[in-house]
Amino acid sequence: MSELVTLTIDNREVKAAPGTSVLRAALDNGIYVPHLCDHKDLTSVGVCRVCLVEIEGRRPTVSCMTPVEEGMVVHTASEDLDKTRKINLELLVLNHDYDCQNCAQNSKCQLQDLTRYIGIDEERINAMRDPDLSWDLDQSNPYYLRDMNRCVRCGICVRTCEEVQGDECIDFAFRGIETTISVLGDKEILDSTCTTCGECVVRCPVGALVPRNAIEPTYEVETVCPFCGCGCGILVGARGDKIVSSRGIPDYPSSGGSLCVKGRYGLGFVNSPERLTTPLIRKDGELVEASWEEALSLVAEKLGQYKGDQFATIASAKCTVEDNYVIQKFTRAVMGTNNIDHCARL
Amino acid sequence: MAGLAITLGSGAMTNTIAEVGDAACIIVAGSSTTDAHPIIGYQVKKAVRQGAKLIVVNPQEVPLVRFSDIFLQIKPGSDVALLMGMAKVIVEAGLHDREYIEERCENFEEFRESLKEYTPEFVSDITGVPWDKITEAAKMYAENNPASILYCMGITQHSHGTDNVMAISNLGLITGNIGRVSGGVNPLRGQNNVQGSCDMGSLPNVYTGYQQVANTDARQKFEKAWGVPLSGDPGLTHTEIFDAAYTGEIKALYLVGENPVLTESNAAHATEAMKRLDFFVVQDIFLNETAQLADVVLPAASLMEKNGTTVNTERRVQRVRKVIEPVGDAKPDWWIVSAIANEMGAEGFAFNSAEEIFNEIASVTPSYAGITYERLEEGSIQWPCPTEDHPGTPILHTGKFNTPSGKGKLMALEYRPSEECCDFDYPLILTTERNLYQYHSTMTRYSDGLDLLSGGEHIKINPSDAEKLGINDGDLVEVKSRRGDLKVKAKITRRSQEGVVSLGFHFSECPTNLLTSSALDPLAKTPETKVCAITIQKA
Repeated sequence: MSELVTLTIDNREVKAAPGTSVLRAALDNGIYVPHLCDHKDLTSVGVCRVCLVEIEGRRPTVSCMTPVEEGMVVHTASEDLDKTRKINLELLVLNHDYDCQNCAQNSKCQLQDLTRYIGIDEERINAMRDPDLSWDLDQSNPYYLRDMNRCVRCGICVRTCEEVQGDECIDFAFRGIETTISVLGDKEILDSTCTTCGECVVRCPVGALVPRNAIEPTYEVETVCPFCGCGCGILVGARGDKIVSSRGIPDYPSSGGSLCVKGRYGLGFVNSPERLTTPLIRKDGELVEASWEEALSLVAEKLGQYKGDQFATIASAKCTVEDNYVIQKFTRAVMGTNNIDHCARL
Repeated sequence: MAGLAITLGSGAMTNTIAEVGDAACIIVAGSSTTDAHPIIGYQVKKAVRQGAKLIVVNPQEVPLVRFSDIFLQIKPGSDVALLMGMAKVIVEAGLHDREYIEERCENFEEFRESLKEYTPEFVSDITGVPWDKITEAAKMYAENNPASILYCMGITQHSHGTDNVMAISNLGLITGNIGRVSGGVNPLRGQNNVQGSCDMGSLPNVYTGYQQVANTDARQKFEKAWGVPLSGDPGLTHTEIFDAAYTGEIKALYLVGENPVLTESNAAHATEAMKRLDFFVVQDIFLNETAQLADVVLPAASLMEKNGTTVNTERRVQRVRKVIEPVGDAKPDWWIVSAIANEMGAEGFAFNSAEEIFNEIASVTPSYAGITYERLEEGSIQWPCPTEDHPGTPILHTGKFNTPSGKGKLMALEYRPSEECCDFDYPLILTTERNLYQYHSTMTRYSDGLDLLSGGEHIKINPSDAEKLGINDGDLVEVKSRRGDLKVKAKITRRSQEGVVSLGFHFSECPTNLLTSSALDPLAKTPETKVCAITIQKA
């Protein structure tokens, strides 16, 4: 472990690992610096220019792109910084659709954090706005919406697709004021190579990428994804008796907080109206509803007649360790046979 | 799994998922990792971004090929020839790790002798890949360390699947990659708890922790723990159970959470077998195609509705926690089976919680002995974990192997062709594949949206085959094998090589396993769903 670097931010002495940016050093020590395009999981690019700070002996500096140095003296607030940040913020919000009430990111939006901290002059913005500039809402994906009218071109989604998912299926397209984020051939997202992992949706700092029909959970529980053998850690949210959300557990050992489309959006089966909710017994050729007492006593009576090697169990790799232990113990100790297998070979 | 158990003494992933991203070279064989194990796919792509070499071995051009340095598009079923050919290149060029082999492996001379048979002409002819390319891949793997091999069902679902696995293990051993950080040979397990189900002895030949039922000491231990006499005869495997039900030897079947009507190879045979049972119990969360055949259907709680543990592909035991109460009258699987055992008057099933069961597991399973729910609250643990102060084992075989001699066994292998080959009547080879947006056949079909993303089932045909057959993109075609037939839309794509077509098996609308073969690997008894001769015509 290399030695920590000591620097001063707003007259407070802070320590940070070498290579840490001034922005992260400040944030990690509870000092807010306005920022938008920087994300802790991604390479810094310094495009939004609102994280400017003053470092003694230098010109105003983009803090996300500046590594900490021993003895550095940083000021995060000054009149000059306020002015410059305000202009930079105006460039970000200029053509932003700020109908915040109707935005799924309302109150979680980093652009709102910025406007609260820096402040904007609404009249000035409205005077500069281009009324003809608008993008169609992309509703093609069943799990998330893309609204370029709310996008601030921070590029977090582009870097996420490249650095977390690795697929590079979105990028900046067109130029100047018409710059947008698009896919090959400027098609709808559903017609692209996007695999709907949702990694960009969870990182979007504004309301440009939002889950469809999102319902806020009343509580979340840490558990494991029910699908493939990766065994990703998930935080599953519920409201009442329904599962309503799922997100990766940050820094989880197997998955590092990432998920795929199934783990993030595929838990709908749990509350499917087609779930089995009661035992069924075949009577006169038809499966009809029965009570647990009736079903258990029928199964116990019948299985009693087939002990030994005329009986077999197919267990399930979708069930828990505990389920499987009991199932094989039952097969061996009660039914008296080793005829048990599961889908490991399929 | 049987292959690695012989060569290394343990049939599980040797390394962890997070290490994959730091490998210097990765071979991905018989796995469409980005579809079947997306998060491991992220790690492979991360490694490539950091400069790792990637070699993809697959009959189909899977999505990872785009990121690869070398793509070995082999003919289905030619893996042993390819992998032994690569071993030959490594040994002849002197790129093998002599010190490691001397110290940690056995049977090298016999193995080296068997490489003679794999001449460049022979290997190229069997695999359909030029020898130069194979040489380049072999050297790339041997020269870039640490190197990891990831493999999946494309390796195991063959009548010679065990040989394929042992050929992979050979490569890992001769290059000294096993027992090393970011190296290893890593079978990617398909389902959330397939590792845990195997660990628990939901297998015909072993109790928990791979203690053999045929071993008298192990059997006596369990007889004592459970207080009943136990059978020392290994039972029937999955495919054999359906065969025995078909012939009437098996009369009653208890089937939990599986849908053989769609997922069993040669599915029509399995379906008929289930219809012939005297008594058939299905325990599931949905009334799927298989449950509809049952005499009694028992409603199970889903993984979101119960407490317990599951074990992922890297042997990581992790806590599953109840999020909501079970829907309707559904119950956890362990509760249902315990209730039946109690109803039958059996002792030893008075379980009140998953934790009680786990404590019993730890008491009879040395590799789980040090794991408790209390410890799992602090974080997951990778087995083996023999004592409560043991931290768990992220990397297997660092000091010695779990084989009787403690050494890794190199295997002399002979190439055997697949059971079924093309002929005049069935001129194409069908191989099965998975789709990112689907799981097996049930759960994901009930989650809105995934069907739209997966775009339904298509048979993927190479353009030149399509032209010969007069088939256009999107045409409905009839696909026939010796066992069954079905209709499906065609997708014309260069991702399929000439002579080879592929289908998923997730959709009841396209029951692919009506076509597939149940020819078994003699040791692992895994059916050969990856190679099946078919014919196609416009419907």
